[in-house]
Amino acid sequence: MEITDELIEYLQQLGRIRLTQEEQEKTKKDLGSILGYIDKLNELDTEGVEPMSHAFGRTNVFREDVVTNDAMVDEVLSNAPEAKDGCFVVPRTVE
Amino acid sequence: MTIEEIKTLSALEIGKAIKDGRTSSREVTRAMLDLIREKNPAVNAYTYIAEEEAMAQAEQADADIRSGKLTGDLAGVPIAIKDNICTKGMITSCGSKMLYNFLPPYDATVIRKLREEGMVILGKTNMDEFAMGSTTETSYYGPTLNPWGEDRVPGGSSGGSAAAVAADLAVVSLGSDTGGSIRQPASFCGVTGLKPTYGTVSRYGLVAFASSLDQIGPIGRDINDVAAVYNLICGIDEKDQTSTETKKLDLEAVKNFDVKGMKIGLPEQYFGEGIDKDVKDVVMQAVKFYEDRGATVETFPMPIVDYAIPTYYIIACAEACSNLSRYDGIKYGYRPEGVDDLMELFIRSRSEGFGMEVKRRIMLGNFVLSSGYYDAYYNKALQAKALIKKAFDEAFEKYDVVIGPVAPTTALKCGESLSDPLKMYLGDICTVLINIVGLPAVSVPAGFDSNGLPVGMQLIGRHYSEQTLCGAAAAFQRENDHHTKRAQDKEVK
Amino acid sequence: MAEYEMVIGLEVHAELATKSKIFCGCSTKFGGDPNTHVCEICSGMPGTLPTLNKSVVEFAVKAGTALNCEITRRNKFDRKNYFYPDLPKAYQVSQLYFPICRNGKVEIRTDKGTKFIGIHEIHMEEDAGKLVHDPFTEQTLVDYNRCGVPLIEIVSEPDFRSADEVIAYLEKLRDTLQYLGVSDCKMQEGSMRADVNLSVRPVGQTEFGTRTEMKNINSLKAIARAIEYERERQIDLIEAGGKVTQETRRWDDDREITYAMRSKENAQDYKYFPEPDLMPIVISDEYLKQVEDNMPELAEAKKERYMNELGLPEYDADIITGSVKLVGVFEKTAEICGSPKDASNWIMTDLLKLCNDAHIAVEDMEFRTESLGEIIKMVSDGKINRKTGKDVLAKAFAEGVLPEEYVEQNNLAQVSDLSAIEPAIKDVLANNGKAVGEYLAGSEKNFGFLVGQSMRALKGQADPQAVRSVLQKLLDEMR
Repeated sequence: MEITDELIEYLQQLGRIRLTQEEQEKTKKDLGSILGYIDKLNELDTEGVEPMSHAFGRTNVFREDVVTNDAMVDEVLSNAPEAKDGCFVVPRTVE
Repeated sequence: MTIEEIKTLSALEIGKAIKDGRTSSREVTRAMLDLIREKNPAVNAYTYIAEEEAMAQAEQADADIRSGKLTGDLAGVPIAIKDNICTKGMITSCGSKMLYNFLPPYDATVIRKLREEGMVILGKTNMDEFAMGSTTETSYYGPTLNPWGEDRVPGGSSGGSAAAVAADLAVVSLGSDTGGSIRQPASFCGVTGLKPTYGTVSRYGLVAFASSLDQIGPIGRDINDVAAVYNLICGIDEKDQTSTETKKLDLEAVKNFDVKGMKIGLPEQYFGEGIDKDVKDVVMQAVKFYEDRGATVETFPMPIVDYAIPTYYIIACAEACSNLSRYDGIKYGYRPEGVDDLMELFIRSRSEGFGMEVKRRIMLGNFVLSSGYYDAYYNKALQAKALIKKAFDEAFEKYDVVIGPVAPTTALKCGESLSDPLKMYLGDICTVLINIVGLPAVSVPAGFDSNGLPVGMQLIGRHYSEQTLCGAAAAFQRENDHHTKRAQDKEVK
Repeated sequence: MAEYEMVIGLEVHAELATKSKIFCGCSTKFGGDPNTHVCEICSGMPGTLPTLNKSVVEFAVKAGTALNCEITRRNKFDRKNYFYPDLPKAYQVSQLYFPICRNGKVEIRTDKGTKFIGIHEIHMEEDAGKLVHDPFTEQTLVDYNRCGVPLIEIVSEPDFRSADEVIAYLEKLRDTLQYLGVSDCKMQEGSMRADVNLSVRPVGQTEFGTRTEMKNINSLKAIARAIEYERERQIDLIEAGGKVTQETRRWDDDREITYAMRSKENAQDYKYFPEPDLMPIVISDEYLKQVEDNMPELAEAKKERYMNELGLPEYDADIITGSVKLVGVFEKTAEICGSPKDASNWIMTDLLKLCNDAHIAVEDMEFRTESLGEIIKMVSDGKINRKTGKDVLAKAFAEGVLPEEYVEQNNLAQVSDLSAIEPAIKDVLANNGKAVGEYLAGSEKNFGFLVGQSMRALKGQADPQAVRSVLQKLLDEMR
């Protein structure tokens, strides 16, 4: 399939990624050849085949409804680039 | 014991020597750390060397062995850990700038189990960024080199774990395998690696690349060590609901396994176009060994192999783009300074924190999941997955073990595949199918190509057939010495 | 001006009343300091995995059964992917392809009669965290305490035509979920939230108009006002020749208007796909039967039973069954005192008055369930009189005193021992010679006065019946 500039732009938006002009050109080419190869899958006859999300037959794996955790704010925030008053800090969100 | 003596021993032998009092965990660990300090700068197998933690753990192990608290086969034996497995208080970076400073507040389940058994963690090993690659060249910490040739890649993504064992910088290690990331570097580095059945080893604490494909497994010099480490890490885990109850291996039975009467199938497509002649010859030679020892060997067609790469890359990238969305500069990891807009924070953290290969796969994953393309790509891949499972189910009605090469080639030259991602992806042709349906597979050194580089043979079995696979590998290693050959010996010659 | 008809569909989120979160062992308790109910799993640390809470499935199936839904036998979870700071994994585990319940219906009652509202589906998902804007800086603080609290989202068909219907439906849902014990449905705490999809169209038109979505309005009153406002706004717009834009709007309860939220960068593409970290859930016949067999009695059935079997007036039965809390108090009280009618009388006259006077919503009262029954029993056993009973109830309501202990410690037990009463009454007769004389001379009304004086002398703790008979006996003796 043809990889347009719009598609490259859209995929960057979806992934919250910004490529340089040069990277965009390279990506366009790479994705073109990769998707070109992937399109080979269209030759595979999958008529009537149920999509398989889980390869194993196991079902109904549960945890009992029990509270097992105590507060661990320090550990939770220990890797935060910025924290304040027990919270993670981000630039102001706007609605 | 001197390091020269230690280097000749397997992990099980070191464990026994410690227990017998011929050496101590402290002595072995010290010697290995010294060697790592000396040799690692050239190999770059480790991203973090756990000097102090390892020595403290070794002392504790010695005390616990003396007091009888620790009695396991591998108590006190050092091990290296791939850097995408969370280790409490030890940086776990996944080879990425994104997590260059990430200190997990918890241990992965496999790490907890290894610690409980008194294994000593030497450090964290290098890898392709977020395990995305087959060369260990995409790491933020620079490439790892293959001990068999400094211009050669060690394979990937567990290149550090394989190279560390090959270079004697570890006797055993843990890697992870999403599409061949244990088996292929094991093959390139001339060591033995096991990708266990999906669910037999808990993924809790393994930083996710593709959740339905990822699996942790051991790498070692021989299959007995690999099986022994597998025994320590396998088993159901309440923290991983995809994990299953698993029988531990009978190590004595592995060691003495007889292949007589075993039915071996060779998929035609694993020996066809695109596979190096040297690789084919070496693997066929190894297959001949089994035939000589009373196994039956038969070639069979497996046309689904042609769709392995597309199916794998669709599923892997889709899951990856979701799994890697959490890296947004808010909770952990890389965040650029002075960004005062939320959207900018997301974009800059991710654009600056991730390398190009990771970005490429995120974009590919977003593509196959986005509205309008989901059915044509992602859903189609899930249908192909069902057909792949069917093809293996049919094969295992006839054969006990399916054998093929691990990779179409031996270790590539550094930089060769970086410029052409599709070419790199095609190198995964022999390994990815196994992950798609969750099968176990072993990579065993089977010989060398004309350049003297190791060639790996892949043994694939039914779900939960680790006992048979390890046994078949042990039978081969009992009478062949490829796995005992070392790059270091080659240099001496 | 044309006649317009309003078309409304609702998406209701209800937080499930489980003890722990949907995928980890953190508490779901409301409140608490920021990030104190958070662990490595619900904060989305690398390498962590979800583990599904068994009760979440059970609660969702219960809700679906009560709302007359078909239960999906093979369930899966899906990931809904989007970036926002309140979502630490950047995906919400939800259900798109196989929601747990489908095709239900609920009967509602308004002034205009009864009507069925269709339930399109119910699915299970996890709640997001909370963002608090720091007023002193240009920053937002992120708290994940609510992150991973289990939710069910109940999606209705677009069957509503008035605000009254919407309110009746929400009340019905609230009652049902509370009776089931699957959610406490406190709108002010956000454990029940409604998104309102609203459009208008000229009466007679069959296709729908363009709808707007109003999110997270947090009281029934506000919902009614928001609906009225939005209806007017859309009609005015159309009448003025304009067009309604499909958008998300927020209700400002202070200004009583809705306003458009800043639209997201582009149309959301949530890239749903099956959650690989969780195994499918299969609901068996046995499981369903077990849930059905253990369904509690819901409001309607309870009300009928209260009227027909326990003989409560319709008004009382209606009020009591309108609140799960009151039902709990009523049933316990009736059980202890043995008289449903007494129980209902005391609740209707005394307990509700106490709530009212203290400005406490019935659902929020922290009243020991056993206390009222114990008080009524003391009264009916003659241990205390009704007046004392009321006083003790007030104490029990306000301070949580244990009724029997309180009566004991404060010597409030009624004096029914005749030997204790007689001397006191003799004194009263001695001190009220004039009244006694007039009574003996035939003035019957003085008897009442003497009863009053005797009661006062006995500090109100005597059984009035006993006082009357002793008094009568003593006066007769004086004739």
